[in-house]
Amino acid sequence: MTATPPAVGPTLSVRDLHLAIAGRRRDTPILRGVSLDIAPGEVHGLVGESGAGKTMIGKAVLGIQPSRARIAAGSVLFDGRDITHLPERERRRLMGRGMGLIPQDPMTSLNPAHRIGAQIADVLRLHLGLDRAAAGARTLELLNEVHIRAPERVVRQYPHELSGGMRQRVSIAIAFACRPKLIVADEPTTALDVTVQRQVLALIKRMQAQEDASILFVTHDLGVVAKICDRVTVLHGGRVLETGATRRIVEAPGHDYTRALIAATPRHDRPGGLLRPVPEALTARLDAEALAYDAARGSHG
Amino acid sequence: MAEAAAVTGAASPTGGTARRLLANPRVVLGGAVLVFFALAALFAPLIAPHDPVEQDLLLQYVPPAWSDKAEAGYLFGTDNLGRDILSRLIYGARVALFVAVAAAAAAGLLGTALGLLAGYLGGWVDTVISRLVEIWMAFPAVLLSIVLVAVMGTGLHSVIIAIAVIDWTRFCRVVRAETMAQKQQDYVASAVTVGLGRMRILWREILPNVLPLLIVLFTLEMGIAVIVEAILSYVNLSLASDFPTWGGMISDGRKYVNQAPWLMILPILCVIALVLALNALGDGLKDALDPVMRR
Repeated sequence: MTATPPAVGPTLSVRDLHLAIAGRRRDTPILRGVSLDIAPGEVHGLVGESGAGKTMIGKAVLGIQPSRARIAAGSVLFDGRDITHLPERERRRLMGRGMGLIPQDPMTSLNPAHRIGAQIADVLRLHLGLDRAAAGARTLELLNEVHIRAPERVVRQYPHELSGGMRQRVSIAIAFACRPKLIVADEPTTALDVTVQRQVLALIKRMQAQEDASILFVTHDLGVVAKICDRVTVLHGGRVLETGATRRIVEAPGHDYTRALIAATPRHDRPGGLLRPVPEALTARLDAEALAYDAARGSHG
Repeated sequence: MAEAAAVTGAASPTGGTARRLLANPRVVLGGAVLVFFALAALFAPLIAPHDPVEQDLLLQYVPPAWSDKAEAGYLFGTDNLGRDILSRLIYGARVALFVAVAAAAAAGLLGTALGLLAGYLGGWVDTVISRLVEIWMAFPAVLLSIVLVAVMGTGLHSVIIAIAVIDWTRFCRVVRAETMAQKQQDYVASAVTVGLGRMRILWREILPNVLPLLIVLFTLEMGIAVIVEAILSYVNLSLASDFPTWGGMISDGRKYVNQAPWLMILPILCVIALVLALNALGDGLKDALDPVMRR
């Protein structure tokens, strides 16, 4: 955190976001007052175990949370503009040019029925108003930028003809196609094997630096966070446990849970080191805190 | 067959699909029988040896060619009014296939549109459409079709409308379920996050992925339509009785089953062959098309 206030406001600002999944009897809280800021050009990691609500934050930012999810309180500000309850038509205008998504599973993130070239060109034509020829040319450029060999051949192929890593590169090309200010990357390397993972991470980092985009990087892997993120927010039970510069969080974690997460992460610089699961007592304590939070919130209204 | 399909799953989509289809015996056999009937129906005026409604009372009950009392020029013999059975079967194929295609298309159009909307939009739209389907399916189908045709009057268009009105629910239920499954796929979320509109996502992104399933459903529905048309013409609710329909021929032949069993047996065999072919083709297509789109 810098001492002087930044000259420009944050690209993304999530303020005290409460989100619950509506149930038959009662709602199940998923996010319990999450706040985070992402500065322009910042890569912000969002770590936590499964069920911590990290993916849901990404979805709420993009407005693609499941229909049963209800934003009970709080807001999402994009470039200072409240987009929490944006009507569909305005949100569509924001998508692509303002925000993009790099999805988790490269097996399902591309439409199996359309050729790669058409999937990229459609986005370009929709948002940038390019004609067919210009969109086709730009598609080849984009595929080149994400290091796909023989793009002339790939544009005519269907997703199932490409490897997982190739598909993820195509997804990255689509996400960056219209130069958005913010990209939500939802576990973009989880489904890939380790060598491909490293290449894809390097690619995301390079594209991000080149376009000066901000990234909300959702992951459960602190190792990945250490490689790519400027700042990190640690999440558990839909609550922010701590937030700070990556180096500070990794080297001097301020919360027991962060410390436990680090102990549970394999380290490349210390191979063979013992991995410890997050202690059950700690998880139980955090769960109790979350329930206490719900109870307190409920009694206040 | 399923293994063969899985092994070739990584091949290029067009060449791979064609190869997989040809490697499936049910697709090949069912398709061959269907093409056989389709060609007969299409070129009926050219290949039918006689006028199907022309009567020759001097040549009644001529048995088929393999009998010793057969008459030259009447391969499948003649009926009680001396009409050529082969020609009537050929023209009957016209009616059967026309009804099958038109009714399956109409039912498919209606059911697919509603199924897509129910599966994609969810909420009250889904509730309304799903309840409607359930109520619809509670009616006995054959009874409903007879009532519908009785109300609308006999004729081919009534038969087609009746089948479509009854059987759209098959398409609707399956398409709804598949749409819901497709909607969960990441590519739909991606489409939303690049700013595509809801209707565009439904028609251009999801529908192409439901298409293989639709082809299968369409084929199976054609088989059902052939049977329903035969039933309706059997009870004289389809075309006027002198025009050849398979169901009508079965119904006429029933009266003379003792002296001329071939009057009834031959059209029954045609119905069975065509329906079996359509069902085999549908099942084969299901196996062959599935792995392509699933991965």
